[in-house]
Amino acid sequence: MTGKIGRRRFVEGFALTTGLAALGRAKAHAAAPPAILQGDRFDLTVGETPVNLTGRARTATTVNGSLPAPLLRLREGDTATLNVTNRLKESTSIHWHGLLLPNAMDGVPGLTFRGIMPGETFTYRFPVRQAGTYWYHSHSGMQEQTGLYGPMIIEPRAREPYSYQRDHVVMLSDWTDEDPMTVMSNLKQQSDYYNHNRRTLGTFAKDAQRDGVGAAVDDRLMWGGMRMSPTDLADVTGATYTYLMNGQPPASNWTGLFTRGEKVRLRFINGSSMTTFDVRIPGLTMTVVQADGSDVAPVEVEEFRIGVAETYDVIVAPRQDACTIFAQAMDRSGYARGTLALREGLAAAIPPMDPRPLRTMADMGMAHDMKSMGSKSMSGMDMSGMDMSKMTPEEHQKHMAMMAGASNDKKPGDNVPTSNADGVDPKTLAGQPGVDNVAMETKDKLGEAGIGLDGNGRRNLTYRDLRALKPNNKRAPPTRALEFHLTGNMERFLWGFDGKKFSQAGPIRVALGERIRFVLVNDTMMEHPIHLHGFLFEVENGQGDHLPFKHTINVKPAERMSFVFTADTPGHWAFHCHLLYHMEAGMFRTVLVS
Amino acid sequence: MHMDHAPPSPANTGTAAPFGAPVMDQHVFYHALLDQLEGRFGSEQSFRWEGEAWAGTDENRVWLKSEGTLTNGILGDSQQQIFFSRAITTYFDAQVGARYDLDSKPGRGWAAFGIEGLAPLFFHVAATGYVSGDGRLAAKLEGSYDLLLTQKLILQPRIEMNFYTQDDPMREIGAGLSDLDAGLRLRYEITRKFAPYIGVSYEGKYGGTADHARASGEPTNEIRFVAGLRLWL
Repeated sequence: MTGKIGRRRFVEGFALTTGLAALGRAKAHAAAPPAILQGDRFDLTVGETPVNLTGRARTATTVNGSLPAPLLRLREGDTATLNVTNRLKESTSIHWHGLLLPNAMDGVPGLTFRGIMPGETFTYRFPVRQAGTYWYHSHSGMQEQTGLYGPMIIEPRAREPYSYQRDHVVMLSDWTDEDPMTVMSNLKQQSDYYNHNRRTLGTFAKDAQRDGVGAAVDDRLMWGGMRMSPTDLADVTGATYTYLMNGQPPASNWTGLFTRGEKVRLRFINGSSMTTFDVRIPGLTMTVVQADGSDVAPVEVEEFRIGVAETYDVIVAPRQDACTIFAQAMDRSGYARGTLALREGLAAAIPPMDPRPLRTMADMGMAHDMKSMGSKSMSGMDMSGMDMSKMTPEEHQKHMAMMAGASNDKKPGDNVPTSNADGVDPKTLAGQPGVDNVAMETKDKLGEAGIGLDGNGRRNLTYRDLRALKPNNKRAPPTRALEFHLTGNMERFLWGFDGKKFSQAGPIRVALGERIRFVLVNDTMMEHPIHLHGFLFEVENGQGDHLPFKHTINVKPAERMSFVFTADTPGHWAFHCHLLYHMEAGMFRTVLVS
Repeated sequence: MHMDHAPPSPANTGTAAPFGAPVMDQHVFYHALLDQLEGRFGSEQSFRWEGEAWAGTDENRVWLKSEGTLTNGILGDSQQQIFFSRAITTYFDAQVGARYDLDSKPGRGWAAFGIEGLAPLFFHVAATGYVSGDGRLAAKLEGSYDLLLTQKLILQPRIEMNFYTQDDPMREIGAGLSDLDAGLRLRYEITRKFAPYIGVSYEGKYGGTADHARASGEPTNEIRFVAGLRLWL
């Protein structure tokens, strides 16, 4: 099915097309409304359910017949039992995202078990050791894209340090009417298949008018010389996606109710497969109190970016009768939307989407305009006589490799021995089939909100703002560090670590009990939400004894950042980019703790 | 994706995936692209096709390439090729295989080896060398470029040149640069996979090949109007 290409607007939901929008109340047929299940024993059935989110009838992969899957409310300290029955014709699995549990309960086919076969019931049983907002999803095939995702709330034993009178889950996701395998296959044949904002003769004319023909030509030659496009923001876009809020497309207007004067806790979960959302509620500031299920010192923001698989809990104090919860896709190809209102049927104005950002040379890991470098020295190297713009592609690659080697010398200021996780010398990465770029200069970008947000006039959340509410008195410095280069080749749609796909690499061995640092170096010009199963890691963001705990971190282009964790649970733990099509293309490793 | 259903034994618990592959990064994908499916209109009318299909993983693929021109029921300029292709650098694949020239003239088979990929500034290029059973050598150079006028309107110049080291009277070919097919096509992508186009083609014959053409009363260079469909699946 290819009908989505050519729409000027992404699909806002079938209510618009059927005219029921006039009634303001049409709800897309998204299977049954998700149930709320609580206690310490849960019976979940995975199956197929007809849905109609866009005006076209499709089939979703659901749990207990709903999309999203039911909200599971657990209690810290209980032992949870979850019986998952598979009514699909293929194997399935459920991974409890962000949970600390025995490896055999982690739900990753291939690593922790073979999967749940058709007709089989698998019983997950584990002690609940934490509290907060989490989520769960299939780790089999493309089932996460076709609807198998749901929220999980774990009630803490202790009193929460913040107060609110109302509580809503806001689960963001992306839906395509296409078969996800077709999407993957399309990307393998033409990686910019879903990019309907490529640069054209028209954009060249506009740029020439604004910057002068010479500058515009230089810009095109620079990007063209690298065979890359600055319009590459998202691999799968609103050209095929409809963005959902709690399973509802924008026209269906999911509504969270509150009573006047109440403080509302909104538990934002990015359960999408490929979409980074920028969230704001026009007219309201949000106080961020929790990130990835762990409490943080409150941070007041007007907007935040939530990467795939991350969660953010915010407290808001609405004063208007209705305000719009607005989550625009980072590439501005569409948005998810709902309303916080005193009663059903209300809606507030939907703001226009922000202008679409463009990648810059800084995203390629170039510190400054290459043409003007001339004889300037960079990182202690003598660049005199080297005119970057006249380099052949081969010389350019060699130069980039040389620079990559140079910037690897910049370690986080301590003497922790660091080696490449896959045993690869980064100087050999350039030119390989799996690598289209090696960032010349990488740096800590934890203080930046991200492309399209910095400098937009709104107070945005950055990773540097996250400060664990309680100090971690059990902190110890890491004894060892492993460096992972996030690599990819957009042209071939290949993604991996250190130039290798999963099938080309071995396990990452970590000793049981080891306190270890992972350094992530993003050599690509896309953000990657990197997720480690089985552990909560501390992001080294400068907050001293209050480093925030996270399970997923969105690494920016040309960024170098690090986190530390204690490998206290043995087993095969998945470590991967949470962009589904990147993960399946090979951006996945096994961290083997033994 | 094949899953190993055996529980982890001491022998395989040390591997990255004791229960089988967790991701499909060795999945076999396949696609076919009909780059030209067109009528050529000039002093005479012809029907021309040029397409390719591939199947395989990211690293190793099998390619089929086919092209040919049908004029007044006579098949000309028709080459069928099969390659095994391996990704060798970021943007280039090495290809090794065979070509058979199959048309209304007596056919000829060749071993083929070449390189294909994306050159800087997004030029798609391919260079292929051929060796026939009786020691003839040939070469083909191809290049094309997609100029986006709008998101859906794309202007594509392309060129293909064939060279031979020896005269081949059986195939009415002379040594040196034998023929050149160049074109400028403007396509409109109704969808990515379905794009009608119009354009112009220039077909030139040179040297000994031109002599053969003149002797048969055929043109040695002609410009024709083309209209067709670009499809992929």
